[in-house]
Amino acid sequence: MALIQLKGVAHAYMAKPGAPEDYALKRLDMVWQDGRAYALLGPSGCGKTTTLNIISGLIRPSEGRVLIDDRDVTALAPRDRNIAQVFQVPVIYDTMTVFDNLAFPLRNRNVDRKEIRIRVHEVAELLEMTADLKRRASGLTADAKQKISLGRGLVRKDVAAILFDEPLTVIDPHLKWLLRRKLKQIHEQFRTTLIYVTHDQNEALTFAEQVVIMNEGEVLQTGSPQELFENPKHTFVGYFIGSPGMNLIPCQINGDAAIVEGAPIALGEGVAERGRAAGGELVLGIRPEFLRLRPTAEQGNVPVSVRLAENLGNFKIVTVSLGRLALKVKVPEDQEVPGEWAYLNFPPEWTKVYADGRLVE
Amino acid sequence: MNKWQDNRAWFLVMPVFLIVAFSAIIPLMMVVDASVHDISGPGNRVFVGAEWFKEVLGDRRLHDALRRQLTFSGLVLLIEIPLGVAIALAMPRRGWGVSVTLLVLALPLLIPWNVIGTIWNLFTRPDIGLLGVLLNGLGIQFDPTAAPLDAWITVMLMDVWHWTPLVALLAYAGLRAIPDAYYLAARIDGASAWAVFRYIQLPKMRGVLMIAVLLRFMDSFVIYAEPFVLTGGGPGDSTTFLSTYLVKLAGGQSDLGPAAALALIYFLIALAVCFAFYRALQNVGSGDQR
Repeated sequence: MALIQLKGVAHAYMAKPGAPEDYALKRLDMVWQDGRAYALLGPSGCGKTTTLNIISGLIRPSEGRVLIDDRDVTALAPRDRNIAQVFQVPVIYDTMTVFDNLAFPLRNRNVDRKEIRIRVHEVAELLEMTADLKRRASGLTADAKQKISLGRGLVRKDVAAILFDEPLTVIDPHLKWLLRRKLKQIHEQFRTTLIYVTHDQNEALTFAEQVVIMNEGEVLQTGSPQELFENPKHTFVGYFIGSPGMNLIPCQINGDAAIVEGAPIALGEGVAERGRAAGGELVLGIRPEFLRLRPTAEQGNVPVSVRLAENLGNFKIVTVSLGRLALKVKVPEDQEVPGEWAYLNFPPEWTKVYADGRLVE
Repeated sequence: MNKWQDNRAWFLVMPVFLIVAFSAIIPLMMVVDASVHDISGPGNRVFVGAEWFKEVLGDRRLHDALRRQLTFSGLVLLIEIPLGVAIALAMPRRGWGVSVTLLVLALPLLIPWNVIGTIWNLFTRPDIGLLGVLLNGLGIQFDPTAAPLDAWITVMLMDVWHWTPLVALLAYAGLRAIPDAYYLAARIDGASAWAVFRYIQLPKMRGVLMIAVLLRFMDSFVIYAEPFVLTGGGPGDSTTFLSTYLVKLAGGQSDLGPAAALALIYFLIALAVCFAFYRALQNVGSGDQR
C-alpha cells in the first residue's frame, strides 16, 4: 500500500525545452492517497498519459521527483517499481496460454513455481477466467484480453497502484459496463490505488472518487464529481464537465452586480468586489441546470428570446439569446417553454465569476 | 435464363483465355509433346512414351543437381532469415536513419539479376577483382573459377547480399506493425530483452516471416541468372543447379526430349511448392483472425 507523490514534476518530449509550450506536462505537485480511485480526465494531448507513464516509470520526467511511500523512485525502471499499468490496446502474449500470460510478470521476477500457481489461480478466480486458463490467449475476445492485461497487474502481490490508460476504448459498450463494475469490485475488495486515464467524463465520474481535470499539461482541479460539478475552479472544468457544459459569458462588474449585455445580474456576497480586485478578463459562468426559465418578468430577471427547445426524453435543453450571446438552459421535461420571449433567473449561489479563466472565490 | 446473354459472356472472357492459352497452356502442351517424342529434326519424330522420363529420373547428374539445389535453398533460408531478422531488429525506428537504411537495403533488390552475377564475378576474380586480389594478397587462396568450395562461398555470399534485404524489409514491416503498448506492457511486466523478442516480436513477425521463407525458397529453388553469369555452373558441375542443368540439356546439347521431361518434373516440383506456399499463406491469414 502506498502513497504516491509527484514533486515539481514536469516533462518535455524534446531534448532542450525552452518555452512553457514545449512541456507536455507543466510543473505538477500532486499526492495520490493510498487506496483511492482516481480518474485523470482531459481532452486528448492534455498530458494525462504522460503523467501516468511518469508514475509507472515508462517516462523519466525532465524535472522533479516521484516518491512512492517516501522512497524516491524517479530513477527506477518500471520493473523495479510496484506499479502495474493497463493500456488502451489489450496486450497479451499471443503464443502463451492464459495461465502463462498471467504468470509472466511473476516468472520475470523469479517467483517460485508453487507461489505462481496459487497467485494465478486466485486472480483467474477473481476475473472469472479459471475455465480459460489452459486456452491460448490469442483466441480470446477483446474484453477477455483486457481482463488478462488487468490480471497481469493484479497477480503481483506487491502492487501498490494500478494505472489504466483508457482501458475500455476498444471494448464493446455493453461489456464496458461489466468490466467497469468488475474494476470497482476489485477496488473495493483490495483497496489498491487506481488511477484511471480517460477522456470520457461519464466514465471518470462514475468510476472515481477523485477526478483530476487536466488541460494543456496542467492540472486545473482535483475533486469529487460533485465538487467539479458544483464548484468548477476553472472555466475549462465548467465547460468540460457536464452536458451541456457551463454557460460562459463575458461580463463586466458594476457595483454589486455583473453586467452582461447591459443587463445586471446579481452575484453572491463579496464576489463582485473580489472579481474587481482580481482584474483581467472577467467571465460569468453558470450551469444550464441552475438557470431558471420563467414565462413572466420578475425582479432581477433578464429578458431573453427563445431560439430552440430540444426534448431529450427526461429533460429539455433550451437555447436562448441574451443580446448577441447564446445560453443553454436545462429544464424539466414537463415544463412549458415559452414560444418567443422568456425571462432568465440567475441564482446568485450558482453564478460564478472567473478572472482569466480562474474562479473568483 | 436468356441464352443470348450467356453467349455474350464468352466475349468478355476470351481475351484472358487467349492470353493464358498462348502464354501458358500451349507452350506447356508443346513441352509435354516434346517429352514423349524423339525429335531428331523437323518432321522427323518418333513416339517414345515415358522413355525420357525414365532416363531423366535415373540421371545421376540430375540427382546431383537436385541435391545441390536443395542444399543451396536450405543454406539460403538458414542464413538469410535469421540475418534479415537481426538487421530488422537493429534498424532505427524513427528519424532520418529510417529512410537511409531503407534505401541502402533496397539497392541490391533493384539491380537486374544478371548484373548481380557480373558484379560478383568481377568482385571475386583472383586476377582483377577487389575481393579476389585482396584475399590472395593476404595469403588466402581464393579462386571461385577453380575451387568448388570457393565457388559455393561466392554464390552464397552473392545470394545473401542480394536477398537478405528483402527478408529484412519484410521483418521490419512486421516489427513496425507492433503497437507501442506491447513494449510498454513488457517493461511493466519486467520482461527481459530476450523475452520481448521471444514472446512479442517473433510471434508478431510470424506472418511476414512465413512469406519471407516461402518467397526465398521459391526464388532460390528456381535460381538461374546469377550463378550462371557468376560461375557458369562450374567449376565442373559444382554449382550446377536444376535450372542451370536444364538449360545445358535443352540449349547446349539440344536433347529436346529429356529436357522437356526434366522441365515437366521441375515444373511439378515448383507447382507442389507453390501449393504449399498457398496453403501456408491461407493458414497465416486465418491464424490472425482467430
